Amino acid sequence: MTKADGLSPLDRPNSYIGRTVPRPNARRLAEGRGQYVDDIKLARLTHVAFLRSPYAHARIKRIDSTAAAKSPGVLRIVTGREMKEVCTPWVGVLSHLKGMKSAPQYPLAIDRACWQGEAVCAVVAQTRAEAEDALPLIRVEWEELIPVTDAAKAAAPGALVIHPELGDNIAFQRELAVGEPDAAFAAADVVVEETFHIGRHTGVTLEPRSILADYNRAENQLTVYHSTQAPHMMQGIFAKHLGLPETNVRVICRDVGGAFGIKVHTYPDEMAAVALAVMLGRPVKFVADRFESFVTDIHARDHVVKGRIALSKDGDIKAFEIDDLTGIGPYSVYPRTSGIEANQVVNLVGGPYKHKAYKARARVVFQNKTVMCQYRAVGHPVACAVTEGLVDLAARKLGQDPAELRRRNLIPDDAYPYTAPPGLVFEGLSHHRSLDKLLELMDYKTLRAEQAELRKRGIHRGIGLASFIEVTNPSAAFYGIGGARISAQDGCTIRLDPSGTVTCAIGVTEQGQGTEAIVAQIAATAVGVPMERVRVITGDTEVTPYGGGTWASRGAGIGGEATLQAGKALRQNVLAVAGVMLQADPGRLDIRDGKIVDADTGTERMPLEELGRVCYFRPDTLPKDVQPELMVTRHYVQKDFAFVFTNGIQASHLEVDTDTGFVKLLGHWCVEDCGTVINPQLVDEQIRGGVVQGLGAALFEQCVYDDQGQMRNANMADYLVPMAAEMPDIQVAHVITPTRSSELGAKGAGEAGTAGAPAAVMNAINDALAPLHARVAAQPFTPEIILTALGKA
Amino acid sequence: MSDHAQDVTLIVNGERVTRRVEPRQHLIDFLRHELELTGAHIGCEHGVCGACTVRVDGEIVRGCLFLAVQADGCRVDTIEGLTESGELADLQKAFVERNALQCGFCTPGMLIASAALLAQTPNASRADIRAYLSGNYCRCTGYHAIVDAVETVARARGGMGRK
Repeated sequence: MTKADGLSPLDRPNSYIGRTVPRPNARRLAEGRGQYVDDIKLARLTHVAFLRSPYAHARIKRIDSTAAAKSPGVLRIVTGREMKEVCTPWVGVLSHLKGMKSAPQYPLAIDRACWQGEAVCAVVAQTRAEAEDALPLIRVEWEELIPVTDAAKAAAPGALVIHPELGDNIAFQRELAVGEPDAAFAAADVVVEETFHIGRHTGVTLEPRSILADYNRAENQLTVYHSTQAPHMMQGIFAKHLGLPETNVRVICRDVGGAFGIKVHTYPDEMAAVALAVMLGRPVKFVADRFESFVTDIHARDHVVKGRIALSKDGDIKAFEIDDLTGIGPYSVYPRTSGIEANQVVNLVGGPYKHKAYKARARVVFQNKTVMCQYRAVGHPVACAVTEGLVDLAARKLGQDPAELRRRNLIPDDAYPYTAPPGLVFEGLSHHRSLDKLLELMDYKTLRAEQAELRKRGIHRGIGLASFIEVTNPSAAFYGIGGARISAQDGCTIRLDPSGTVTCAIGVTEQGQGTEAIVAQIAATAVGVPMERVRVITGDTEVTPYGGGTWASRGAGIGGEATLQAGKALRQNVLAVAGVMLQADPGRLDIRDGKIVDADTGTERMPLEELGRVCYFRPDTLPKDVQPELMVTRHYVQKDFAFVFTNGIQASHLEVDTDTGFVKLLGHWCVEDCGTVINPQLVDEQIRGGVVQGLGAALFEQCVYDDQGQMRNANMADYLVPMAAEMPDIQVAHVITPTRSSELGAKGAGEAGTAGAPAAVMNAINDALAPLHARVAAQPFTPEIILTALGKA
Repeated sequence: MSDHAQDVTLIVNGERVTRRVEPRQHLIDFLRHELELTGAHIGCEHGVCGACTVRVDGEIVRGCLFLAVQADGCRVDTIEGLTESGELADLQKAFVERNALQCGFCTPGMLIASAALLAQTPNASRADIRAYLSGNYCRCTGYHAIVDAVETVARARGGMGRK
């Protein structure tokens, strides 16, 4: 920024920062003109369907596809053994997760299937229907093997080992002890403990995983249309495992119908579709159907956590201790690994509080179920449920109000920077302001009074609170230092076009959060043009600067800062040329509303289109030594902290029907602090959507398995997701503590809702059930779970 | 094309089309793949999610539970046609302004279902809206913004809304 205007870049005249403006891409979607992968057709298009293992664990003795090959429309049938020649296997480990191990994974199983749904054979046909017609004609000779399904049994000595070459079923283990926790527990006045079960659930993106790969032999060029969150990461993976130069792989990601962490992993069937395109030299499309989605999309959570908390008799929290066990399926997912969630649980338990002692153990084990990996809010809802569940139990035992116990123990707002027991550094959080704001927003006192009145009439309402911290704006400490080729930096290229419009190309991606909108807002603000004049391009490895994509709440904080710096640089370049053209001091000029103006008076000197016309078409009229640079690129990576933490608190108000066990949600509130708010509406909607994903996990969603490793509810009729009728209105408010790690000051907001909602609901249910001396700790809190707790099941 | 293929003639978004279809082909696949009307989406293929909601002879149906041959002789309207006619314009505007869509995959179905609700219950309350839209799954928004947008349109159309 020039010094003349004396304004921070965020407060410039006509700033779009902090303003609710509609997303430029929303109307297109509302008119049905989105372009999702399944909407794309290419010449000579083929479709692939997969024969999938009906068993959780079985040897593949023989595959006979003779009859299937003759089925109408079938072009090619490929087994794992054949595909191995084209696509190399991968192993999902990170070196900074010490001791982590996994086995090589192939696009199609070769000798053995390790979960129900694993692809073992691919049929390529003219249509998807014809490919599916051929599947039952493939004869597979199976030898059923004993499945290892229960995580505790898988971890026990003497368990059947899924990958014998690994020695045992432990994929990753972490232990931590800080501040003499054993002594803290021994000296505590009050210790309470509970075992929390966090159910296994999955993302259920409305658009299933989708990929369309095309390979041109003449150019050795692979083009992949992919519903993904991380196009550059996938470019690298396709190139590496198919043996292609990275520049010969282009990943194009147009509209994505929901992702939430589901679409940021390497999926064997997607790798197979890409390998088939290379094998056939023509386009191959794979769109998972819903049944395939349930058994092949990554699952998440499935933690059993024994936790306890130590307090003084006055209610000072002295220590937390947890022992977490999670089953992750037969392979650690590539390249982010399936160890991150448990690692996050260890990092995040106790996060909002000022205790000094902490002890944790996490074990991550292989089992014959669908693979598990990072899904929205990775680890947060688990850690939050354990922490906040224990805090509420302690409050009950001490006879203290849960809000007051939190007020007593939350890290003070003036204590920052603060180092938490696991070594995490918090730059600046606002737990107390958030708590105060929440209690006011929900009218806590009135709700408590109403609750007491209704209890007299046998109506059981509960109020549950959940404070949380959230990992956002990750540095390379998340993945890069562990050896994964996942970019922590992002770039933005910004260009002034001849007519005075601005085009931005950026590495972060859009899956509906509003990435493109906030990039346009920041670019418009930084350059000084109306937002309608900004066009944003995302999701194309051949066009955008190299970047990480959108995950771990990094879009606004990382991509936004890159945009701000690029926009500022472009503005300076434009003003330098304008100074020459107008024979004025560039420092006394500004760009406002698409025009060069005098910074002091705002008087218009020249529209940007005139500057564009001269620079592009009449540069001969400029002095010989003046070369306008109307396109600049700036990159940003957050290096100050491993993560820039945010915080917040949620509250749930609900009623439990003690006869049926049904829970009716009456209200939900969230106060959170994501730093600078670029677009208040988009932030609020991120929170609301996240909350409802958390409510689904708390009340409905669960991948139900039998002891043979068969998923019993792999369809949308039996796997319940939140629908409109059961969901409450959700009130959202903010406290704003900008991060100083960037000029923009924005942190992330994508995980907050999902992080805290299940804990708030659990605490509210237990608050409702307290007079009945019943409590629950196993999500989802179905009527059966609640009636069991009440002794009525 | 099998021996069982049938000719169907229908009016899609006001245009008369004739095609030879397999009896097993669902209306949604016919619309998306034969007619290249990709605005309606496929989410579950078993009638739960509502992403494939279209109109047949004025009634909303799930394109994944309806066969193309069943639509022979019918009038079919999709998001493309209803956008062109302007019938959904106020709902679409309200959805965009309220950010009642994120990824957009559910949105065409959600809009068509919302229009059907307001045709039948112009003064729909928030509870009515939530109940009626419970056949349409949205993973992104948490529904609050969608309910706001539909309520806004109900009021603006003079339905006044009810608490």
